[in-house]
Amino acid sequence: MTVTTVHTPAPTRSGFSAGEYITCLIGIVWREGLRFLHQRERFVSALVRPLVWLFIFAAGFRQVLGISIIPPYETYILYEVYIAPGLMAMIQLFNGMQSSLSMVYDREMGNMRTLLVSPLPRGYLLFCKLLAGTAVSVLQVYAFLVIAWFWDITPPPMGYLTVLPALILSGLMLGALGMLISSGIKQLENFAGVMNFVIFPMFFASSALYPLWRVEEGSPWLAYLCEANPFTHAVELIRFALYGKLNWVSLAVVGGCTAVFMIGAILAYDPSRGFVRRGPGGEA
Amino acid sequence: MTTQNAPALDTTGSATQPVLQQVPALSVAGVSHSYGARKALNDVSFVVKPASFTALLGLNGAGKSTLFSLITRLFAVQSGQINIFGHDIGRTPGEALRLLGVVFQPRTVDLDLSLRQNLLYHAALHGISRREARARSEELLARIGLADRAGNKVRDLSGGQMRRLEIARALLHRPRLLLLDEATVGLDVKARADIVGHVRQLVTEQGIGVLWATHLFDEIAPTDDLVVLHQGRVLARGPVPQVIAEAGASDVNAAFARLTTQASPARSADA
Repeated sequence: MTVTTVHTPAPTRSGFSAGEYITCLIGIVWREGLRFLHQRERFVSALVRPLVWLFIFAAGFRQVLGISIIPPYETYILYEVYIAPGLMAMIQLFNGMQSSLSMVYDREMGNMRTLLVSPLPRGYLLFCKLLAGTAVSVLQVYAFLVIAWFWDITPPPMGYLTVLPALILSGLMLGALGMLISSGIKQLENFAGVMNFVIFPMFFASSALYPLWRVEEGSPWLAYLCEANPFTHAVELIRFALYGKLNWVSLAVVGGCTAVFMIGAILAYDPSRGFVRRGPGGEA
Repeated sequence: MTTQNAPALDTTGSATQPVLQQVPALSVAGVSHSYGARKALNDVSFVVKPASFTALLGLNGAGKSTLFSLITRLFAVQSGQINIFGHDIGRTPGEALRLLGVVFQPRTVDLDLSLRQNLLYHAALHGISRREARARSEELLARIGLADRAGNKVRDLSGGQMRRLEIARALLHRPRLLLLDEATVGLDVKARADIVGHVRQLVTEQGIGVLWATHLFDEIAPTDDLVVLHQGRVLARGPVPQVIAEAGASDVNAAFARLTTQASPARSADA
């Protein structure tokens, strides 16, 4: 008797329900939150860093740098008030890079595998991870704003609400950038380079510490560079939103960069390229 | 759609229909993989049957971990095909990964979270609702004898307990194929025996197909299926007694030694 072998796929549900997607998102955000709570030093240092800038740097610089009335401000402002949005963006910049650091760590420690063998689409998993990191950075920024309020940085009450969407978008952009960078880092030790080549240039060549017209007086060339820096636009988006205004140019730049960085990160974590691009022998 | 899939496990088959053979839990067909110029896998083919224990025997560097990365879709398949219960891992990864549980060689538990939190996180990644996830976690923790430690940090567990936790986690979404990559590495004799015994129990009691990668001969039982992987090639496959007989050896150890010494000159010849 001849037996015809028919290999039919085992029955299983295909696709995923909206509930499954939401459960997955909540789970990833929940874990990120737990990890954050467990790392109190991380929270404290995330808070101390901008406060040092605010309490020491800004206080010292106040006399050196006069700020004229520029939008969105309607009166003369103190230097501390000027740099507050830049420091909020800085918190997010560090957070974005830190979560990329934790992705490299996760990859070395194998936790990344747990995430990526989930049956849900990989792009969605990375997006959830990004959203989770952004949620943490937004919490950090609000903690900073609370302390800054006692330091006389008092944006209009509605500003605390209108700044939220700006923070989410800028957090996504900087997180996606971190994720993109993390895909290129082979080892944890290489992370010091990220500090030197990403965080510092991005922060200093931006409108975080000084208004662009001031920069232009000194060096037009540097002003162009600042203008092209996506971080400048994250800062301006936050600055305007904090005073209940919308900076369309910054919104477009931050939105566009978020999309580009995110697509780049998803492609970089594409399985066909190997999620761990280690050299041969790294994987035995 | 699920309707297009015939019930694969229905082997009673009426006379008018072709006999539906059991779909292999895992089928690896003609898989090759290179890292740049170095070929890690060369035309690898084998199957794992449902409710069977298949040992993948190979030394470090034989290509076991590369193979695992391909089956779990961490890497995309460069050439050949990998199916999990008939679902192509490249074309329908969602369906395939849903049926797959995996324990990687490096530890992948979150040391700072509790046992329960680790399990709930994994369940969420599979879209399992919180209530259901809690119930399953308690049940699995009880089965591995760690129910009373559910709230403890994973950091406080011993190596063997962590492995048991990882196995429990891999079973949380009720997969039908379980992959374990050198799951007993670094464990003492007793913990090793516990883990092996536990996994064998899963095969007999729950009908899970297991692919067990190892370089330790004593973990292989006479009733297992065996795949011998050496320098990226499959040197032998089949039930253990058959592999031993074909190699003209008396036990797995001798068969492995004979197969690999036969293979090595051939390899250096074409290098």
